[in-house]
Amino acid sequence: MSDAMSKPRAARIAINAGLLLFLCLYALIVLIQPNYLEPGLFMNFLRRAAPLVILAAGQLYVILTGGFDLSVGAVVTFTVTAAALLTNGDPDATWPVIALLYLMGAGIGLFNGLVVAFLKVPSIIATLGTMLWLNGLALAWSGGAARGDLPENFRNLGRFQWRDVALVGTLPMAVLVLVAVLALLWWGVHGIGYGRRALAVGDNPRAAELAGIPVGRTRITAFVISALAAVTAGILLGGFSGVSVNAGVGLELQSIAACVIGGAMLLGGRGTIWCAVWGALSLFALFTLLNLLGLPQALRDSIQGLILIVAVGLTAWRSRARN
Amino acid sequence: MMADRTLPRLSVAMVLLLISVTIFAVTAIATGETAQFSLQGVTGLLQRMVALGLVAIGQTFVILVASIDLSVAAVISGTAVLASWLMGGDPAMIVPAVALCLGFALAVGLVNGALVAFAGINPLIATLGTGLILQGVLSASYGSLGGAVAPVFQQLAYGSLFGIPWSVLALFGLALTMGGLLNRSVLGARIFAVGGNPDGARLAGIRTGRVILTAHVICSLFAGLAGLYLAARVQSGTPWLGRDGIYDLESIAVTVIGGTLLAGGKGGVAGTLAGVFLFASLDASFNMLGIDAFLKQVLRGFVIIAAVAVHAVRGRGHVA
Repeated sequence: MSDAMSKPRAARIAINAGLLLFLCLYALIVLIQPNYLEPGLFMNFLRRAAPLVILAAGQLYVILTGGFDLSVGAVVTFTVTAAALLTNGDPDATWPVIALLYLMGAGIGLFNGLVVAFLKVPSIIATLGTMLWLNGLALAWSGGAARGDLPENFRNLGRFQWRDVALVGTLPMAVLVLVAVLALLWWGVHGIGYGRRALAVGDNPRAAELAGIPVGRTRITAFVISALAAVTAGILLGGFSGVSVNAGVGLELQSIAACVIGGAMLLGGRGTIWCAVWGALSLFALFTLLNLLGLPQALRDSIQGLILIVAVGLTAWRSRARN
Repeated sequence: MMADRTLPRLSVAMVLLLISVTIFAVTAIATGETAQFSLQGVTGLLQRMVALGLVAIGQTFVILVASIDLSVAAVISGTAVLASWLMGGDPAMIVPAVALCLGFALAVGLVNGALVAFAGINPLIATLGTGLILQGVLSASYGSLGGAVAPVFQQLAYGSLFGIPWSVLALFGLALTMGGLLNRSVLGARIFAVGGNPDGARLAGIRTGRVILTAHVICSLFAGLAGLYLAARVQSGTPWLGRDGIYDLESIAVTVIGGTLLAGGKGGVAGTLAGVFLFASLDASFNMLGIDAFLKQVLRGFVIIAAVAVHAVRGRGHVA
């Protein structure tokens, strides 16, 4: 049991690192653009960061069990294109289509999970395959270019804001969605036994199995949750960026990077939902900062890569120093 | 052929080879494209293997030591851009340009290897990071690094010996060399030892860090070779050459399809090449059947999963 006792402590230190990084980056943003301190602009920041945070929180479930989900970007693309083609601008179709999208998401997650758990294909390969076929499907369905139209009430999920709200000024609907989804995902990891089972599976699947944990079911659940989170992110992204066949490009690696920056351990064994939240917010704050600095789009990749290596290098160095 | 250790490895390669040949032959006969069986058709098929084959040979080495390299796509683009910029169409610059390109690839390999082996950074993150850094610099400098390779250099992609393209000969020559290196040299034995059981290897006196570093250098150098080949083919490299070809993820996919374990310690070059051959025959078959690009991608995704599932499903342990 001593191992279980030391785990929360390690996790707490990791949380602080991710939160610290986010606060530092946000402070730099405020130095350049002081009005980012206003609640309204902060709410707007959260609104734009919401899809990445939700994706990262879903990805965290898979990372906890020791895997990766490379298909989340393709799920986002597929969600956006499918929503546009299925609703085609008809506001009455919004809710049935959203229900259908979640059903598709669950199916995709189930597919990934079954392939990993029963066909024993490593998740990096299984979800890479899904990424390819899903992207191909989205392209084949839409004919390779953005087609169809999203109705107003669909788009509002991503871009509607209530004005003159007490305390925060404006309140975007996306932030409400973000809070609700995070509460749900927090509960999934920390509120019920699932999180501990996932950690055990990620840490040592054989030991977990001997301890009576349903390894396959735990893994499949993680992939389903990750895909459902990706559908949510896709709905929000479609709302404020519109329809595009490139909507999800690069998001899979960003969501993994976010979890790792926040202190989650790849290949499982350590992590909390806050790793995903602070990591994703840090990453998004970094993007915002680079944007404000007016750096060429291309160099942002470079700085993101550098931050990634430094953040993980520091974690590795600290954990070695502690041992 | 050799000790029994190589036997199961060869069988994965053989099975893939037979399946690929069957797919190719059946499609060619069914679509009436019997010209595909001529020397030209077959060498055309083999030439499809060159770029991915070179990258995948390198990727096999890093995966064997239980590492992974996501930066190969950026290295490919980098060497292709550097080669066309440095040569600027001048045949006299071929040797210095090739040397500098390989030097660049070597440097990336050293950085990757050092980050993974000595800084203890997860290889996925380390090489994703170096790949992003390179990709950003490349894209930002696009426009200022123009130029084209020397016309003579293009012989590398378009020239041939007795009807067999130089590039195909080079691929198989290098594959044989690297396969021999893995199976018959001390370095090869150390690579299998480090990948199979790093702690055991360390206790046996192997400097595991150096072995991992060497594997990363080999991988980057092979990505550099692929970049040079692609530069010769397209004449003037672009910063997106590697990324658009998805060489990073596809090289990992073919390596795993070829029977190399992602956990390291088991696998080899023969299986990887057979995996590349499967991809090439499928591509050629899809073209003969006139399947459109999007559907091709869908099928490719399922093939990757199915090809790995076929031999992974028999494993008794858990995978993540």
